Amino acid sequence: MRELFPCSWRPTLAQLTVNGQAHEVDAPPEMPLLWVIRDLIGLTGTRFGCGMGLCGACTVHVDGMAMRACVTPVSLAEGKVVTTIEGLGADGLHPLQEAWIAHGVPQCGFCQAGQLMTAAALLATNPRPTDDDIDAAMAGNICRCGTYTRIRAGIRDASQKLPAPEASMEEAPEAPAAPEGGVE
Amino acid sequence: MTPVLSRRGFLVALTGTAAAVSIGVSPTEGRAADSAFEPNVWVRLESDGSLQVTCARSEMGQGVRATVPFVIASEMGADLSRVVVVQAPGDKAYGNQNTDGSTSIRLLLGALREAGAVARVVLVAAAAAEWGVSEDSLIAQGHVVKERSGTRSIGFGELVARATTMSVPHTAPLRPEQELVGVRDALPNPDARGFVDGSIVYGADTVLPGMLTAVVARPPDLGGRVASMDEAAARAVPGVVDIVRLPEWKDPGGFVPVGGVAVVAQHTWAALKGREALACTWTKGDRGGVNTSDEYAAMRASLDEKGKVRRKRGNAEKALAEAADVVTADYLVPHLAHAMMEPLAAVVSYTDEGCEVWCPTQAPQRTIGQVAKAVGLPKKKVTVHVTHLGGAFGRKGKPDFIVEGALVSKAVGKPVRIQWTREDCMRHGYYHACALQRVEAGFDRDGTLTAWRHRVAAPTIASTLVGFMETLLGMEMGMGLLDFALDVPNVSMEAEKTVNQVRIGWLRSVYNINHAFATQCFIDELAQHKGVATPDMLKTVLGPRRHLTPKETGGAIWNYGLKLDDHPVDVGRWHDVADRVRKNSGYDGDPGEGRAFGFAAHLSFNTYVAVVVAVTKDALGRPRVDEAWVVVDPGQAINPDRVTAQMEGAVVFGISIALHGNITLKDGAVQQGNFHDFPVARMDQAPRAIHVEIHESGGPPGGIGEPGLPPVVPAICNAWAALTGERVRELPMVGSGRVAG
Repeated sequence: MRELFPCSWRPTLAQLTVNGQAHEVDAPPEMPLLWVIRDLIGLTGTRFGCGMGLCGACTVHVDGMAMRACVTPVSLAEGKVVTTIEGLGADGLHPLQEAWIAHGVPQCGFCQAGQLMTAAALLATNPRPTDDDIDAAMAGNICRCGTYTRIRAGIRDASQKLPAPEASMEEAPEAPAAPEGGVE
Repeated sequence: MTPVLSRRGFLVALTGTAAAVSIGVSPTEGRAADSAFEPNVWVRLESDGSLQVTCARSEMGQGVRATVPFVIASEMGADLSRVVVVQAPGDKAYGNQNTDGSTSIRLLLGALREAGAVARVVLVAAAAAEWGVSEDSLIAQGHVVKERSGTRSIGFGELVARATTMSVPHTAPLRPEQELVGVRDALPNPDARGFVDGSIVYGADTVLPGMLTAVVARPPDLGGRVASMDEAAARAVPGVVDIVRLPEWKDPGGFVPVGGVAVVAQHTWAALKGREALACTWTKGDRGGVNTSDEYAAMRASLDEKGKVRRKRGNAEKALAEAADVVTADYLVPHLAHAMMEPLAAVVSYTDEGCEVWCPTQAPQRTIGQVAKAVGLPKKKVTVHVTHLGGAFGRKGKPDFIVEGALVSKAVGKPVRIQWTREDCMRHGYYHACALQRVEAGFDRDGTLTAWRHRVAAPTIASTLVGFMETLLGMEMGMGLLDFALDVPNVSMEAEKTVNQVRIGWLRSVYNINHAFATQCFIDELAQHKGVATPDMLKTVLGPRRHLTPKETGGAIWNYGLKLDDHPVDVGRWHDVADRVRKNSGYDGDPGEGRAFGFAAHLSFNTYVAVVVAVTKDALGRPRVDEAWVVVDPGQAINPDRVTAQMEGAVVFGISIALHGNITLKDGAVQQGNFHDFPVARMDQAPRAIHVEIHESGGPPGGIGEPGLPPVVPAICNAWAALTGERVRELPMVGSGRVAG
């Protein structure tokens, strides 16, 4: 089942690959990737939290980069590889997912798909993040239950289980800056 | 999943106190048509040994779906790895299902254990009959019944056939505590995998064939009505299928929706675009377009007048007049939004046969009642399935959003997902009650504390739920004031008349947030005034180790619905958590350069919590809590890891309140909308370390989900005062104009 809600209107058909599967969806180009993933493709693990890219609950990977699906037009994901939480541990669980279970990170769990996707993108570019790196990379993902200390512990734990960074990792791109929630 | 509704006939009567909790089990009930052994609504054992345990409380992050099954299964002697957790639908058979007031263990532990014990004694009796031996010679353990001194054992599953033919007692003795230890430190969480692979189902995640999505345009202030709208433009948006007007809101409202117009579409994006195109304008609301600044000014003025006295000892007025030294401070806590991560959402399918709901509710039975009333069905035709709650903190005890979904589903004749945006949640909440408090302390010439007058201006929740009321209830002041130990001969606690301007609702620990902020900051001010350490001043104010009595306080002690005989207000336990956190944190030592400690200790929900935080200034000059120590005495901890997690979460939640939380009204409309103007603590504002000690002093359990929060906020403010010399008497710290940011 590719389209749960087939529509009669068709500004465009968008083609994208989600978790290794090709999809053609009937969506206008400005429709946020979040609603394409949730409502048209039917993958509900990506959560709607704020709709403004402020909380990170909807974080997915687009060509490996952490993106806020709620403010990413589907047109930007066309022809690219999208990975959602359902595809993070394609061959079993990602080390971060295992660490999340071991540390009992989730409370309500709602933000954790986004936390994991952001953390996975961080470790992909920076396998041995410092505490400041973790602050910078994770500050865009809100957890209202307040699981931050365990998220930090989980990232550190998973980091130890990943292969040591190669010399070239010195040139690794910086962790993505946090979309700070306003300064007043 | 077992259709639990078919297992009616059992009643957990919950009439206010733990002592009244009982599980009635008719000896003829529990005879399921199939071969499983179902001694009560909580337990279903299959002949292959698999065990279904029902959780009737909502999972919103507190770990109740791990803890409740553990309590039942461990009392049975079951193997936790054989347990499947079933979420109960809304049904009175489970007693009160409201997941609020930190009650799931505090009130229900005895009843849950008894449910497991009843199952256990029948299984033991079945084995005794099988072998022709006495029941006393057998023990249920590790999913088998075995001889205490012998080698024979028989699996739970093998006992099912015989157990279903045996009579089920009404009650059963609980196991000795020593048979229960050992496993609780590593309780499996049935949802652990689902949380990390995205498969957990929250309010918006149920998918029904032909389902539509609705969003609602709501009046910006309470009682506003549609003045104009462009229905044609909304219908012209591709994907929009219908427009539905909702009933108008009437004061006091209670749990009903605020009215407005629903835009129904084939998916969420089309619904949102349709709502934009609808471009509703509104008439002025029923309350005349109030401003928060006016509300606060009226509250502040009221503090000069004597209020309704809810606690009285001696003559505080006279003692203050005669005091050699008087310290006075006013404290302001603003309205707050819950801002749970999951915006409100539910899926509803209405047909003439009935109404079926999948929703993240803290109150499934209340939801049944409200939905039934709204759509005109008898309650028995409304089924409420409880999904996971993506955070709740009290907001999801209000089923207004679910009622909207039911009304729309009925109107369009199709299953409907009702989806709120972040802005919808922020602007149409049930807000934490703001409060202005004036605390006055009088000392005599010897420096002895002789008077304490505490005036509170805060709207009562009753104004929202039952009608126009203007004075805090005893129960509401019972959260941290009427039960606050004061070793002072002259005390007056007074509630000022306060007109409510918004929908007020419970928010994690409720009025304790306000009251602990005032008492614990004031004690820190008194400590500074007298040149003593704050924990010492707290102990001076609380007085010697004793149990508080209504005779001493001069007023009733609500005690969170529990009897003082079972859950005394124990000043000694208060002292102990204060002493322990002081030692754990090194409070009396050097906090380090540019760093200061703050302390607070509070009793709520029958649990004692003391907190020390270490605060620095961040690069922007704002407070940064870089480390926190918590000591919690809940009497006993059933699931220690989740107790620890709740304390950790409370610290972060408290940082959000202390630094950021602020809901304000302009012309009756909430001004905040999203996380940019209602910020909450993020990773870079959370402590790098939170040290939690669970101090089990024994006795029946207190609450866990809420009591961690109240002392956190004043501890932060006290640390800031120590660091900078600036007193925090108005929240939030950032954005109030006092602290840079």
